[in-house]
Amino acid sequence: MLDDFMVRAALAGIGVAFAAAPLGCFVVWRRMAYFGDATAHAAILGVALSLAFSMSIFVGTMTVALLMALVVSALSGRGYAMDTLLGVLAHSALAFGLVAVSFISGVRIDLMAYLFGDILAVSRGDLSVIWGGAAVVVALIGWRWSALLTSTLNEDLAYASGINPKREQLVLTIALAITVAVAIKVVGVLLIAAMLIIPAAAARPFSRTPEGMAVAAGLIGMLSAIVGLRAAYILDTPAGPSIVCVAAVTFLATSVLGNFRHER
Amino acid sequence: MSLVQIEGLSVRYGARTVLSRVSLRIEPSEIVTIVGPNGSGKTSLLRAIIGAIKPFQGRVVRGSGVKIGYVPQNLHIDETLPITVSRFLKLPGGVAVPDIDQALTQAGVPDLAKAQLSQLSGGQFQRVLLARALIGKPDLLLLDEATQGLDQRGSASFYQQIETVRQNTGCAVLMISHELHVVMSASDRVICLNGHVCCEGTPAVVASAPEYRALFGTGTGGALALYRHEHDHGHDHGDHTHDHTEAAD
Repeated sequence: MLDDFMVRAALAGIGVAFAAAPLGCFVVWRRMAYFGDATAHAAILGVALSLAFSMSIFVGTMTVALLMALVVSALSGRGYAMDTLLGVLAHSALAFGLVAVSFISGVRIDLMAYLFGDILAVSRGDLSVIWGGAAVVVALIGWRWSALLTSTLNEDLAYASGINPKREQLVLTIALAITVAVAIKVVGVLLIAAMLIIPAAAARPFSRTPEGMAVAAGLIGMLSAIVGLRAAYILDTPAGPSIVCVAAVTFLATSVLGNFRHER
Repeated sequence: MSLVQIEGLSVRYGARTVLSRVSLRIEPSEIVTIVGPNGSGKTSLLRAIIGAIKPFQGRVVRGSGVKIGYVPQNLHIDETLPITVSRFLKLPGGVAVPDIDQALTQAGVPDLAKAQLSQLSGGQFQRVLLARALIGKPDLLLLDEATQGLDQRGSASFYQQIETVRQNTGCAVLMISHELHVVMSASDRVICLNGHVCCEGTPAVVASAPEYRALFGTGTGGALALYRHEHDHGHDHGDHTHDHTEAAD
Protein backbone atom coordinates (compact mmCIF):
# COMPACT_ATOMS: atom_id res chain seq x y z
CA MET A 1 0.00 0.00 0.00
CA LEU A 2 2.82 2.38 0.94
CA ASP A 3 4.29 1.81 -2.50
CA ASP A 4 1.69 4.13 -3.97
CA PHE A 5 2.90 7.73 -3.87
CA MET A 6 -0.67 9.01 -3.51
CA VAL A 7 -1.19 6.90 -0.41
CA ARG A 8 2.06 8.15 1.07
CA ALA A 9 1.08 11.73 0.25
CA ALA A 10 -2.33 11.32 1.88
CA LEU A 11 -0.77 9.81 5.01
CA ALA A 12 1.74 12.67 5.16
CA GLY A 13 -1.04 15.26 4.87
CA ILE A 14 -3.12 13.54 7.55
CA GLY A 15 -0.09 13.41 9.85
CA VAL A 16 0.54 17.13 9.52
CA ALA A 17 -3.15 17.92 10.04
CA PHE A 18 -3.10 15.75 13.16
CA ALA A 19 -0.26 17.75 14.74
CA ALA A 20 -1.42 21.11 13.44
CA ALA A 21 -4.95 20.86 14.90
CA PRO A 22 -4.34 21.18 18.65
CA LEU A 23 -1.35 23.47 18.14
CA GLY A 24 -3.31 25.61 15.67
CA CYS A 25 -6.09 26.09 18.23
CA PHE A 26 -3.57 27.57 20.68
CA VAL A 27 -2.09 29.70 17.91
CA VAL A 28 -5.58 31.11 17.26
CA TRP A 29 -6.56 31.50 20.94
CA ARG A 30 -3.30 33.19 21.88
CA ARG A 31 -3.17 35.33 18.75
CA MET A 32 0.14 33.84 17.72
CA ALA A 33 -0.67 33.59 14.01
CA TYR A 34 2.15 35.87 12.99
CA PHE A 35 4.46 34.08 15.40
CA GLY A 36 3.75 30.83 13.56
CA ASP A 37 4.47 32.53 10.27
CA ALA A 38 7.79 33.90 11.48
CA THR A 39 8.89 30.51 12.77
CA ALA A 40 7.95 28.85 9.50
CA HIS A 41 9.72 31.44 7.35
CA ALA A 42 12.88 30.99 9.38
CA ALA A 43 12.87 27.34 8.38
CA ILE A 44 14.14 28.17 4.87
CA LEU A 45 17.36 29.35 6.54
CA GLY A 46 17.38 25.95 8.24
CA VAL A 47 17.11 24.27 4.85
CA ALA A 48 20.12 26.23 3.57
CA LEU A 49 22.19 25.38 6.64
CA SER A 50 21.24 21.69 6.47
CA LEU A 51 22.38 21.51 2.86
CA ALA A 52 25.58 23.42 3.56
CA PHE A 53 26.57 21.17 6.45
CA SER A 54 24.96 18.03 4.97
CA MET A 55 22.67 17.53 7.95
CA SER A 56 19.19 16.13 7.84
CA ILE A 57 16.69 18.78 6.71
CA PHE A 58 14.44 17.85 9.61
CA VAL A 59 17.08 18.60 12.24
CA GLY A 60 18.24 21.79 10.49
CA THR A 61 14.80 23.31 10.08
CA MET A 62 13.73 22.35 13.58
CA THR A 63 16.82 23.91 15.11
CA VAL A 64 16.47 27.19 13.23
CA ALA A 65 12.70 27.32 13.85
CA LEU A 66 13.29 26.77 17.55
CA LEU A 67 16.01 29.44 17.67
CA MET A 68 13.73 31.85 15.86
CA ALA A 69 10.89 31.22 18.27
CA LEU A 70 13.18 31.66 21.27
CA VAL A 71 14.61 34.91 19.87
CA VAL A 72 11.12 36.27 19.31
CA SER A 73 10.06 35.31 22.84
CA ALA A 74 13.17 36.93 24.30
CA LEU A 75 12.83 40.15 22.31
CA SER A 76 9.12 40.65 22.86
CA GLY A 77 8.24 43.57 25.05
CA ARG A 78 11.52 45.40 24.49
CA GLY A 79 10.55 48.54 22.70
CA TYR A 80 9.06 47.23 19.45
CA ALA A 81 5.48 46.15 18.90
CA MET A 82 5.22 42.40 18.45
CA ASP A 83 4.00 42.59 14.85
CA THR A 84 6.88 44.88 13.86
CA LEU A 85 9.38 42.57 15.50
CA LEU A 86 7.93 39.50 13.84
CA GLY A 87 7.75 41.26 10.49
CA VAL A 88 11.43 42.15 10.69
CA LEU A 89 12.57 38.72 11.87
CA ALA A 90 10.33 36.59 9.62
CA HIS A 91 11.18 38.31 6.39
CA SER A 92 14.85 38.73 7.24
CA ALA A 93 15.12 35.04 8.00
CA LEU A 94 13.38 34.19 4.75
CA ALA A 95 15.59 36.57 2.75
CA PHE A 96 18.82 35.39 4.38
CA GLY A 97 17.70 31.83 3.85
CA LEU A 98 17.07 32.39 0.14
CA VAL A 99 20.42 34.14 -0.26
CA ALA A 100 22.22 31.41 1.68
CA VAL A 101 20.69 28.73 -0.52
CA SER A 102 22.09 30.47 -3.62
CA PHE A 103 25.64 30.14 -2.20
CA ILE A 104 25.43 26.40 -2.04
CA SER A 105 27.07 25.10 -5.16
CA GLY A 106 27.20 21.56 -6.35
CA VAL A 107 23.80 20.69 -5.00
CA ARG A 108 20.88 21.25 -7.27
CA ILE A 109 18.10 22.52 -5.07
CA ASP A 110 14.51 22.76 -6.03
CA LEU A 111 13.67 25.83 -4.00
CA MET A 112 10.01 25.61 -4.90
CA ALA A 113 9.85 22.27 -3.12
CA TYR A 114 10.76 23.95 0.16
CA LEU A 115 8.64 27.05 -0.35
CA PHE A 116 5.48 25.24 -1.40
CA GLY A 117 6.10 21.66 -0.35
CA ASP A 118 6.58 18.50 -2.37
CA ILE A 119 4.05 16.16 -0.86
CA LEU A 120 3.98 13.82 -3.84
CA ALA A 121 7.66 13.04 -3.29
CA VAL A 122 7.21 11.92 0.31
CA SER A 123 9.25 8.78 0.96
CA ARG A 124 8.69 6.08 3.57
CA GLY A 125 11.45 7.69 5.61
CA ASP A 126 9.75 11.09 5.41
CA LEU A 127 6.52 9.47 6.45
CA SER A 128 8.02 8.05 9.61
CA VAL A 129 9.58 11.44 10.45
CA ILE A 130 6.24 13.20 9.89
CA TRP A 131 4.24 10.74 11.97
CA GLY A 132 6.92 10.57 14.67
CA GLY A 133 7.00 14.35 14.92
CA ALA A 134 3.23 14.64 14.87
CA ALA A 135 2.92 12.06 17.65
CA VAL A 136 5.43 13.99 19.78
CA VAL A 137 3.55 17.27 19.24
CA VAL A 138 0.15 15.79 20.08
CA ALA A 139 1.54 13.97 23.12
CA LEU A 140 3.27 17.12 24.36
CA ILE A 141 0.16 19.27 24.00
CA GLY A 142 -2.09 16.56 25.41
CA TRP A 143 0.16 16.21 28.43
CA ARG A 144 0.18 19.95 29.16
CA TRP A 145 -3.40 20.57 27.96
CA SER A 146 -5.00 21.90 31.15
CA ALA A 147 -1.99 23.98 32.13
CA LEU A 148 -1.78 25.41 28.61
CA LEU A 149 -5.46 26.29 28.62
CA THR A 150 -5.22 27.96 32.01
CA SER A 151 -2.25 30.08 31.03
CA THR A 152 -3.94 30.95 27.73
CA LEU A 153 -6.96 32.26 29.63
CA ASN A 154 -4.90 34.42 31.96
CA GLU A 155 -1.27 34.32 33.07
CA ASP A 156 -1.99 35.53 36.59
CA LEU A 157 -4.73 32.93 37.07
CA ALA A 158 -2.15 30.36 35.99
CA TYR A 159 0.36 31.61 38.55
CA ALA A 160 -2.35 31.55 41.22
CA SER A 161 -2.98 27.89 40.33
CA GLY A 162 0.72 27.09 40.63
CA ILE A 163 1.38 26.95 36.87
CA ASN A 164 4.29 28.78 35.29
CA PRO A 165 2.94 30.32 32.05
CA LYS A 166 6.48 30.88 30.73
CA ARG A 167 7.11 27.14 30.81
CA GLU A 168 3.84 26.50 28.99
CA GLN A 169 4.83 29.06 26.37
CA LEU A 170 8.06 27.13 25.88
CA VAL A 171 6.07 23.92 25.36
CA LEU A 172 4.11 25.60 22.58
CA THR A 173 7.29 27.00 21.06
CA ILE A 174 8.89 23.56 20.90
CA ALA A 175 5.70 22.05 19.47
CA LEU A 176 5.65 24.77 16.84
CA ALA A 177 9.26 24.13 15.82
CA ILE A 178 8.60 20.40 15.44
CA THR A 179 5.44 21.05 13.43
CA VAL A 180 7.28 23.41 11.09
CA ALA A 181 10.00 20.83 10.55
CA VAL A 182 7.55 18.03 9.70
CA ALA A 183 5.22 20.17 7.61
CA ILE A 184 7.89 21.65 5.35
CA LYS A 185 7.77 18.68 2.97
CA VAL A 186 3.98 18.70 2.84
CA VAL A 187 2.93 22.32 2.38
CA GLY A 188 6.24 24.23 2.33
CA VAL A 189 7.34 27.10 4.56
CA LEU A 190 4.98 29.66 3.04
CA LEU A 191 1.83 27.70 3.80
CA ILE A 192 2.60 26.07 7.16
CA ALA A 193 0.84 28.83 9.08
CA ALA A 194 -2.21 28.25 6.92
CA MET A 195 -2.39 24.61 8.02
CA LEU A 196 -2.21 25.77 11.63
CA ILE A 197 -4.75 28.56 11.52
CA ILE A 198 -7.35 27.77 8.88
CA PRO A 199 -8.64 24.41 10.20
CA ALA A 200 -8.80 25.82 13.76
CA ALA A 201 -10.63 28.94 12.59
CA ALA A 202 -13.01 26.84 10.48
CA ALA A 203 -13.80 24.69 13.54
CA ARG A 204 -14.60 27.64 15.80
CA PRO A 205 -18.25 28.40 14.83
CA PHE A 206 -19.39 24.88 15.74
CA SER A 207 -17.37 24.31 18.90
CA ARG A 208 -18.54 24.73 22.46
CA THR A 209 -15.50 23.32 24.22
CA PRO A 210 -11.74 23.74 23.61
CA GLU A 211 -11.36 19.97 23.14
CA GLY A 212 -14.21 19.93 20.64
CA MET A 213 -12.54 22.67 18.65
CA ALA A 214 -9.23 20.79 18.54
CA VAL A 215 -10.91 17.57 17.35
CA ALA A 216 -12.99 19.43 14.75
CA ALA A 217 -9.87 21.25 13.53
CA GLY A 218 -8.15 17.88 13.17
CA LEU A 219 -11.01 16.45 11.12
CA ILE A 220 -11.19 19.53 8.90
CA GLY A 221 -7.42 19.45 8.39
CA MET A 222 -7.40 15.75 7.46
CA LEU A 223 -10.38 16.16 5.15
CA SER A 224 -8.65 19.11 3.48
CA ALA A 225 -5.52 17.02 2.96
CA ILE A 226 -7.43 14.15 1.34
CA VAL A 227 -9.76 16.28 -0.80
CA GLY A 228 -6.96 18.69 -1.72
CA LEU A 229 -4.72 15.85 -2.90
CA ARG A 230 -7.51 14.32 -4.92
CA ALA A 231 -8.28 17.71 -6.52
CA ALA A 232 -4.59 18.27 -7.28
CA TYR A 233 -4.46 14.85 -8.97
CA ILE A 234 -7.54 15.44 -11.09
CA LEU A 235 -6.93 19.12 -11.95
CA ASP A 236 -3.15 18.81 -12.17
CA THR A 237 -2.61 21.64 -9.65
CA PRO A 238 0.19 21.97 -7.05
CA ALA A 239 -0.70 19.70 -4.12
CA GLY A 240 0.24 21.83 -1.07
CA PRO A 241 -1.65 24.94 -2.18
CA SER A 242 -4.62 22.77 -3.22
CA ILE A 243 -4.86 21.39 0.33
CA VAL A 244 -4.83 24.92 1.74
CA CYS A 245 -7.50 26.00 -0.78
CA VAL A 246 -9.83 23.24 0.39
CA ALA A 247 -9.27 24.28 4.02
CA ALA A 248 -10.00 27.90 3.10
CA VAL A 249 -13.25 26.96 1.36
CA THR A 250 -14.24 24.95 4.45
CA PHE A 251 -13.53 28.00 6.59
CA LEU A 252 -15.76 30.11 4.37
CA ALA A 253 -18.56 27.55 4.56
CA THR A 254 -18.48 27.13 8.36
CA SER A 255 -18.25 30.90 8.90
CA VAL A 256 -21.29 31.55 6.74
CA LEU A 257 -23.24 28.69 8.33
CA GLY A 258 -22.15 29.83 11.79
CA ASN A 259 -23.38 33.35 11.12
CA PHE A 260 -26.64 32.02 9.77
CA ARG A 261 -27.17 29.89 12.86
CA HIS A 262 -26.24 32.80 15.07
CA GLU A 263 -28.79 35.14 13.51
CA ARG A 264 -31.75 32.80 13.68
CA MET B 1 -0.53 33.14 62.77
CA SER B 2 -0.63 35.53 59.82
CA LEU B 3 -1.95 34.19 56.53
CA VAL B 4 0.60 36.12 54.56
CA GLN B 5 3.59 38.00 55.82
CA ILE B 6 5.45 40.39 53.56
CA GLU B 7 8.88 41.46 54.73
CA GLY B 8 10.78 44.33 53.17
CA LEU B 9 9.49 43.56 49.69
CA SER B 10 11.00 45.48 46.78
CA VAL B 11 9.93 44.89 43.18
CA ARG B 12 11.68 46.20 40.10
CA TYR B 13 10.80 46.15 36.41
CA GLY B 14 14.14 46.70 34.72
CA ALA B 15 15.60 49.78 36.33
CA ARG B 16 12.26 51.06 37.58
CA THR B 17 11.42 50.36 41.20
CA VAL B 18 7.68 49.93 41.69
CA LEU B 19 7.70 48.76 45.29
CA SER B 20 10.30 49.51 47.87
CA ARG B 21 10.57 47.87 51.27
CA VAL B 22 6.93 47.06 51.78
CA SER B 23 6.11 45.11 54.91
CA LEU B 24 2.67 43.99 55.94
CA ARG B 25 0.72 41.06 57.34
CA ILE B 26 -2.73 39.76 56.63
CA GLU B 27 -4.51 38.18 59.58
CA PRO B 28 -7.35 35.62 59.33
CA SER B 29 -10.83 36.95 58.52
CA GLU B 30 -9.93 40.60 58.13
CA ILE B 31 -10.80 42.78 55.15
CA VAL B 32 -7.84 44.87 54.09
CA THR B 33 -8.00 47.36 51.26
CA ILE B 34 -5.09 48.82 49.35
CA VAL B 35 -5.58 52.29 47.97
CA GLY B 36 -3.11 54.37 46.03
CA PRO B 37 -2.72 56.37 42.84
CA ASN B 38 -2.13 54.73 39.43
CA GLY B 39 1.32 53.23 39.18
CA SER B 40 1.71 52.99 42.93
CA GLY B 41 2.44 49.26 42.78
CA LYS B 42 -0.90 47.91 44.01
CA THR B 43 -1.23 45.24 41.34
CA SER B 44 2.46 44.38 41.60
CA LEU B 45 1.96 43.73 45.31
CA LEU B 46 -0.86 41.25 44.65
CA ARG B 47 1.09 39.62 41.82
CA ALA B 48 4.05 39.20 44.14
CA ILE B 49 1.79 37.48 46.66
CA ILE B 50 0.56 34.92 44.08
CA GLY B 51 4.13 34.40 42.84
CA ALA B 52 3.71 35.95 39.40
CA ILE B 53 6.63 38.31 39.99
CA LYS B 54 9.82 37.59 41.84
CA PRO B 55 10.84 39.99 44.59
CA PHE B 56 13.97 42.01 43.94
CA GLN B 57 14.50 42.15 47.68
CA GLY B 58 12.63 40.89 50.69
CA ARG B 59 10.18 38.01 50.75
CA VAL B 60 6.59 36.93 50.79
CA VAL B 61 5.84 34.22 53.33
CA ARG B 62 2.63 32.25 53.14
CA GLY B 63 1.43 30.56 56.32
CA SER B 64 1.66 26.79 55.96
CA GLY B 65 -1.40 25.36 54.24
CA VAL B 66 -2.81 28.79 53.47
CA LYS B 67 -4.87 28.70 50.28
CA ILE B 68 -5.23 31.83 48.19
CA GLY B 69 -8.03 32.68 45.76
CA TYR B 70 -7.22 35.34 43.19
CA VAL B 71 -9.54 37.54 41.13
CA PRO B 72 -7.47 39.33 38.48
CA GLN B 73 -8.02 42.74 36.99
CA ASN B 74 -9.45 43.11 33.50
CA LEU B 75 -9.46 39.56 32.25
CA HIS B 76 -10.05 39.40 28.52
CA ILE B 77 -11.29 36.11 27.10
CA ASP B 78 -10.62 35.79 23.42
CA GLU B 79 -13.83 35.16 21.47
CA THR B 80 -12.10 32.42 19.51
CA LEU B 81 -11.78 30.24 22.62
CA PRO B 82 -15.01 28.30 23.16
CA ILE B 83 -15.32 27.38 26.82
CA THR B 84 -18.20 26.99 29.23
CA VAL B 85 -18.22 28.47 32.72
CA SER B 86 -18.06 25.07 34.39
CA ARG B 87 -15.10 23.98 32.27
CA PHE B 88 -13.35 27.25 33.11
CA LEU B 89 -13.93 26.61 36.81
CA LYS B 90 -12.58 23.05 36.50
CA LEU B 91 -9.23 24.21 35.13
CA PRO B 92 -6.51 23.23 35.71
CA GLY B 93 -8.23 20.08 36.90
CA GLY B 94 -9.42 18.04 39.82
CA VAL B 95 -12.56 19.99 40.76
CA ALA B 96 -15.80 18.08 41.37
CA VAL B 97 -19.13 19.25 39.93
CA PRO B 98 -20.82 19.86 43.33
CA ASP B 99 -17.92 22.18 44.28
CA ILE B 100 -18.47 24.15 41.08
CA ASP B 101 -22.18 24.56 41.77
CA GLN B 102 -21.46 25.58 45.34
CA ALA B 103 -18.89 28.18 44.29
CA LEU B 104 -21.25 29.64 41.68
CA THR B 105 -24.01 29.87 44.29
CA GLN B 106 -21.65 31.57 46.74
CA ALA B 107 -20.71 34.05 44.05
CA GLY B 108 -24.38 34.77 43.38
CA VAL B 109 -24.61 33.25 39.87
CA PRO B 110 -25.95 29.70 40.38
CA ASP B 111 -27.40 29.34 36.86
CA LEU B 112 -24.38 30.13 34.71
CA ALA B 113 -22.56 26.77 34.72
CA LYS B 114 -23.45 25.93 31.12
CA ALA B 115 -23.06 29.45 29.67
CA GLN B 116 -20.21 30.29 27.28
CA LEU B 117 -17.60 32.46 28.95
CA SER B 118 -17.40 34.93 26.06
CA GLN B 119 -21.17 35.59 26.23
CA LEU B 120 -21.25 36.85 29.83
CA SER B 121 -21.91 40.44 30.83
CA GLY B 122 -19.26 42.31 32.80
CA GLY B 123 -21.01 41.77 36.12
CA GLN B 124 -21.62 38.06 35.48
CA PHE B 125 -18.03 37.59 34.43
CA GLN B 126 -16.67 39.18 37.61
CA ARG B 127 -18.85 36.84 39.65
CA VAL B 128 -17.63 33.84 37.71
CA LEU B 129 -14.07 34.95 38.46
CA LEU B 130 -15.06 35.25 42.11
CA ALA B 131 -16.51 31.73 41.96
CA ARG B 132 -13.21 30.50 40.51
CA ALA B 133 -11.31 32.13 43.35
CA LEU B 134 -13.68 30.57 45.92
CA ILE B 135 -13.52 27.07 44.52
CA GLY B 136 -10.43 25.99 46.42
CA LYS B 137 -12.00 27.19 49.69
CA PRO B 138 -9.38 29.89 50.16
CA ASP B 139 -8.22 31.31 53.46
CA LEU B 140 -7.38 34.55 51.70
CA LEU B 141 -9.15 36.17 48.78
CA LEU B 142 -7.18 38.62 46.62
CA LEU B 143 -9.23 41.03 44.52
CA ASP B 144 -7.60 43.38 42.03
CA GLU B 145 -10.03 46.15 41.04
CA ALA B 146 -12.71 43.50 40.89
CA THR B 147 -15.48 45.98 40.07
CA GLN B 148 -13.76 47.77 37.23
CA GLY B 149 -16.24 48.32 34.42
CA LEU B 150 -19.29 47.74 36.61
CA ASP B 151 -21.76 50.52 37.30
CA GLN B 152 -22.27 51.76 40.81
CA ARG B 153 -25.13 49.40 41.55
CA GLY B 154 -23.23 46.44 40.13
CA SER B 155 -20.16 47.17 42.19
CA ALA B 156 -22.16 47.78 45.37
CA SER B 157 -23.84 44.40 45.03
CA PHE B 158 -20.49 42.79 44.20
CA TYR B 159 -18.98 44.08 47.43
CA GLN B 160 -22.04 42.93 49.35
CA GLN B 161 -21.39 39.49 47.91
CA ILE B 162 -17.80 39.65 49.14
CA GLU B 163 -19.00 40.61 52.60
CA THR B 164 -21.48 37.68 52.59
CA VAL B 165 -18.72 35.31 51.47
CA ARG B 166 -16.51 36.51 54.29
CA GLN B 167 -19.28 36.00 56.82
CA ASN B 168 -20.04 32.50 55.56
CA THR B 169 -16.53 31.21 55.02
CA GLY B 170 -14.45 33.34 57.36
CA CYS B 171 -11.82 33.98 54.69
CA ALA B 172 -9.68 37.09 54.82
CA VAL B 173 -9.92 39.55 51.93
CA LEU B 174 -7.15 41.69 50.50
CA MET B 175 -8.44 43.98 47.79
CA ILE B 176 -7.44 46.88 45.62
CA SER B 177 -10.14 49.43 45.04
CA HIS B 178 -10.55 52.85 43.53
CA GLU B 179 -13.94 53.28 45.06
CA LEU B 180 -12.97 55.09 48.19
CA HIS B 181 -16.44 55.21 49.70
CA VAL B 182 -16.70 51.40 49.50
CA VAL B 183 -13.22 51.07 50.92
CA MET B 184 -14.03 53.29 53.81
CA SER B 185 -17.25 51.57 54.74
CA ALA B 186 -16.31 47.92 54.24
CA SER B 187 -12.68 47.55 55.35
CA ASP B 188 -11.24 46.66 58.71
CA ARG B 189 -7.93 48.10 57.67
CA VAL B 190 -6.73 50.35 54.86
CA ILE B 191 -3.22 50.44 53.45
CA CYS B 192 -2.29 53.50 51.49
CA LEU B 193 0.39 52.58 48.96
CA ASN B 194 2.56 54.78 46.80
CA GLY B 195 5.63 52.70 45.98
CA HIS B 196 5.95 52.24 49.73
CA VAL B 197 3.39 52.02 52.53
CA CYS B 198 2.43 55.67 53.17
CA CYS B 199 0.12 54.97 56.02
CA GLU B 200 -2.14 52.26 57.31
CA GLY B 201 -4.78 51.68 59.91
CA THR B 202 -8.53 51.78 60.33
CA PRO B 203 -10.38 53.70 57.63
CA ALA B 204 -10.89 56.66 59.98
CA VAL B 205 -7.21 56.84 60.88
CA VAL B 206 -6.06 56.61 57.27
CA ALA B 207 -8.58 59.14 56.03
CA SER B 208 -7.27 61.72 58.46
CA ALA B 209 -3.58 60.96 57.86
CA PRO B 210 -1.72 63.79 56.14
CA GLU B 211 -0.01 61.34 53.70
CA TYR B 212 -3.40 60.13 52.54
CA ARG B 213 -4.75 63.64 52.16
CA ALA B 214 -1.69 64.59 50.17
CA LEU B 215 -2.47 61.80 47.70
CA PHE B 216 -6.23 62.01 47.51
CA GLY B 217 -7.07 65.52 48.68
CA THR B 218 -9.63 66.36 51.30
CA GLY B 219 -12.53 65.49 49.03
CA THR B 220 -12.28 61.86 50.06
CA GLY B 221 -12.51 62.88 53.67
CA GLY B 222 -15.93 63.98 52.58
CA ALA B 223 -16.58 60.50 51.21
CA LEU B 224 -15.90 59.00 54.58
CA ALA B 225 -18.16 61.52 56.25
CA LEU B 226 -20.91 60.97 53.71
CA TYR B 227 -21.01 57.22 54.03
CA ARG B 228 -20.56 57.08 57.74
CA HIS B 229 -22.70 60.11 58.37
CA GLU B 230 -20.00 61.70 60.43
CA HIS B 231 -20.26 65.30 59.46
CA ASP B 232 -17.24 66.33 61.43
CA HIS B 233 -14.86 67.46 58.74
CA GLY B 234 -13.87 71.04 58.73
CA HIS B 235 -15.31 72.72 55.66
CA ASP B 236 -17.67 75.63 55.48
CA HIS B 237 -21.08 74.86 54.09
CA GLY B 238 -20.54 75.85 50.48
CA ASP B 239 -17.66 73.37 50.13
CA HIS B 240 -19.65 70.76 51.92
CA THR B 241 -22.28 70.34 49.22
CA HIS B 242 -19.54 70.34 46.62
CA ASP B 243 -17.70 67.57 48.45
CA HIS B 244 -20.76 65.39 48.57
CA THR B 245 -21.32 65.56 44.86
CA GLU B 246 -17.72 64.70 44.23
CA ALA B 247 -17.84 61.75 46.58
CA ALA B 248 -20.93 60.34 44.97
CA ASP B 249 -19.26 60.33 41.54
